[in-house]
Amino acid sequence: MKLLYFAWLKTKIGKAEETLDLPAGVATAGALVDWLKTRGPGFAEALKDRRTLRVAVNRRYVGWDFAVKPGDEIALFPPVTGG
Amino acid sequence: MIRVQIGDFDAGREIETLTSGKTAIGGVVSFIGTVRGGADGVRSMTLEHYPGMTEQELEAIEAEANKRWKLEASLIVHRYGKLLPGERIVLVVTAASHRADAFAANEFLVDWLKTKAPFWKLEETAQGERWVEAQTSDDQAAKRWVKS
Repeated sequence: MKLLYFAWLKTKIGKAEETLDLPAGVATAGALVDWLKTRGPGFAEALKDRRTLRVAVNRRYVGWDFAVKPGDEIALFPPVTGG
Repeated sequence: MIRVQIGDFDAGREIETLTSGKTAIGGVVSFIGTVRGGADGVRSMTLEHYPGMTEQELEAIEAEANKRWKLEASLIVHRYGKLLPGERIVLVVTAASHRADAFAANEFLVDWLKTKAPFWKLEETAQGERWVEAQTSDDQAAKRWVKS
């Protein structure tokens, strides 16, 4: 599983991407975020409020109940501000 | 057609290339978004994006516009990287037989790309750096186009 972090998530977490094994028992994007929050203060701070986060699995926007699986590319980022 | 690039674009040349030979076109609308400095005290802006997903989202938005309006041609060029106040960020061109389609589709594309394309703006000011927060007004503007 490849994880990508953008904008202030990247700053708070301290990296832009990492490759991890999907933890046992983690089945959805929301559960993944809950698990990531336990990995340290940077993660906890960046991921504390889901309302400020968006998630994409394999480059498509999904909801927090979307099923994740090994090999997925999962991106976490704030609401977009382009244009 | 969509393009994501670091470098600047020449709107005149882009329009010429896009519309050349397409004689069914009766009107061309273009929108250019630029970096706002001025009162905001912005010295520069760095646009980050999600390569791969950005292109996919822009293509999906463009396809949606072509489904809703009768367009003869369309183009989105979006820049990323470090930009200074006054520099161009985005170009959206829509060409149609009739102006109403070109105007509506252009506004739709700009509204939707602002809330869907994965770009993020980091502003550099005298006080330091700050990530631009998404605007509720942009969400409202995008919602106008949601079909009920």
